[in-house]
Amino acid sequence: MAESDNIVVETAEKIFADLADPQTINNDKKGAWQAPLWQALSEAGLPLSWVPDDLGGSGASLADGFALLNAAGRFAVAVPLAETMLAGWLLAQAKIASPEGEMTVLPASPKDRIAVDADGSLSGRARGVPFAKAARHFAVLAHGKDGAVIALVDAAKGRIESGLNVGYDHSDTVTLDKAQPITLKPAPKGFDQTNLMLMGGVARSLQIAGALESMLDISVRYSNERVAFEKKISKFQAVQHNLARLAGESAAALAAATSAADAIANATAFDDAVYLEAASAKIRCAEAAEKGGAIAHQVHGAIGFTLEHILHRYSLRALAWRDDFGSESHWAVELGKLVADRGADELWPLVASR
Amino acid sequence: MTAALRFDPIRLPEKCEQLRKEVRAFLAEEIAAGTFDPHKPNREDTDAPEFSRRVGAKGWLGMTWPKKYGGQERSFLERYVVTEEMRVANAPTRRFFVADRQSGPVLIKYAPEHIKMEILPRICRGEICFAIGMSEPNSGSDLFAAKTRATKTDGGYLINGTKIWTSSAHIADYMIAIFRTSQPTKENRRHGLTQFLVKMKQPGIQVNPIGQITGQYEFNEVVFTDFFVPDDHVLGEVDGAWKQATSELAYERSGPERFLETYYVLTELVRAVGPNPDTRSAEGIGRLVAQLHTMRRMSVSVAGMLEAGKEPVVEASIVKDIGTVWEQQLPHRVRDLAAFVEETATNRETLERQLDFAIKTAPKLTIQGGTTEVLRGIIARGLGLR
Repeated sequence: MAESDNIVVETAEKIFADLADPQTINNDKKGAWQAPLWQALSEAGLPLSWVPDDLGGSGASLADGFALLNAAGRFAVAVPLAETMLAGWLLAQAKIASPEGEMTVLPASPKDRIAVDADGSLSGRARGVPFAKAARHFAVLAHGKDGAVIALVDAAKGRIESGLNVGYDHSDTVTLDKAQPITLKPAPKGFDQTNLMLMGGVARSLQIAGALESMLDISVRYSNERVAFEKKISKFQAVQHNLARLAGESAAALAAATSAADAIANATAFDDAVYLEAASAKIRCAEAAEKGGAIAHQVHGAIGFTLEHILHRYSLRALAWRDDFGSESHWAVELGKLVADRGADELWPLVASR
Repeated sequence: MTAALRFDPIRLPEKCEQLRKEVRAFLAEEIAAGTFDPHKPNREDTDAPEFSRRVGAKGWLGMTWPKKYGGQERSFLERYVVTEEMRVANAPTRRFFVADRQSGPVLIKYAPEHIKMEILPRICRGEICFAIGMSEPNSGSDLFAAKTRATKTDGGYLINGTKIWTSSAHIADYMIAIFRTSQPTKENRRHGLTQFLVKMKQPGIQVNPIGQITGQYEFNEVVFTDFFVPDDHVLGEVDGAWKQATSELAYERSGPERFLETYYVLTELVRAVGPNPDTRSAEGIGRLVAQLHTMRRMSVSVAGMLEAGKEPVVEASIVKDIGTVWEQQLPHRVRDLAAFVEETATNRETLERQLDFAIKTAPKLTIQGGTTEVLRGIIARGLGLR
């Protein structure tokens, strides 16, 4: 997905280039870039890409939305675009209309569960909720006696303990204590928290893949500029081979993430094949974030370790995104269990089915 | 972007899945008939000429080639399915694999018509085996340092010198080799090598087996002494082999054989841990499966690019780099996890025997068919670093 070939991505890339230039943002210590960027994205209808027209969104396809998230990763976009998209998507599953403004989803970890009481109130604690502090509304998946429900909740109804992830973005703990939702509807049959985690995981995978593409790009550029021992460092074989490995990690992340996105976009159900694709993407992209990011830093040397340089905007976010919607450790255990349960002779048929 | 690497999510078309069923059924029959043991990793030990003919009779050799040469004019993606199913089943493919993947396509591109008509149908029937004569005692990765001479004589060339690490030379009917016809020039050190078709099993060629650390003897030293090759066995341009060598590399480097070489240990580990693995085993297996799935999706993506007529040399090199490093580490990662397998696991002995072999195989995987170092050099060039 290096170059955009659809209008959603083209629109987004233009906005990112104008209002989310990493160097400009990095120089702006007061965060004055945030409001204009969010406004432009909202005016273009991008945060509600996955919400149908009749529910207040712009009704883009799943595929276009995924491509948009990949582009957002390439710019290390640090506004709740992915989170609002996921929230809108979740609400749309239960035909709940999306309001204007920033949203996020909870829970954001497979370990946390929100409960719905008989009176329709919601209770529970969700940790590591991205951009909860910036959100005006929460899209909540909760469980009760009658199964899963999806709810739209005013963010003011939640108690927020503010926190930052490793990439300096908000990752907050949200506690709901008998919170009354604005709207609450049953989730569609078969929809549960795993679906939400897989969808969130694929979103993060695409963002990581985008960040790695940019890390490769700026690392190659830097190596062709920086001179040491009287030659460009790009001419040293050790540096070349490191960058070749970074290209491999970037390629693996992109392949895994776009394949999973394609699988979800064309799926009729979240079956084992989709599970394999989505879980694998999160696992492999997280591994690539670690290995690839380390190489990008190694190539940059000390300058890449400074707050002034833009590299950390990509490298730290890619590392932080590993934790959301189930870490690679979580998905590896779950995928391993699924494979073991199917049995040894069903492993290859599962892999080959994709 | 400096590096517009693309790995589009190519899906195999429906006709591939029908073919996959046919291949699986065929292999199941062969296993039932005792042709080969799918749990035995050292398939290279089995030379299976009859199996080779039966695969040919199915139309699965040279399947992408023109019909007039015995091919089926099927897609590259269909060939991909046949290749991966054979590999996963541990089928004895050595007799036809090189001819089908590499030698046939070279002949189609560079051999005179009468040679094509003579040899290609025999490859498609699974009758003949090919070897590749590239490396020499002092020229491996540095292909263009080859010294084995081809001296012009009446009606052809006399060959003198030694090729080495030549897989299957002891059973091969033909070799496609590069020989030195001129000295390199100052401007181009790659100049002066010519590609030839060599008919094996003749006086003037001596094949000496070389023992490998696996205990196998599947590669060889091949010594040529005043061996005559006729003019019409020159493939392509005299002195210009360097122009012909690179574009085929994408086919050679991105296939399923570049990450499935040791796959059998993963299957056997899953069998050994059973349906209720502990957390550590589950986590380990999950990661390996995620990595395998990603590799395969990358490899299929490159196959799709080849089918579309592109030359994804850099992407193919990435697949081989990541794939071979992965299949090299796989037996060691499986060994880590096998340490926790219950002593009572019924396939424990099979797993241990397989690990023993896979661990010995592993070192060659990042050397054969283009070393990791050469691949990373190609990728670096693609990134604009060289």
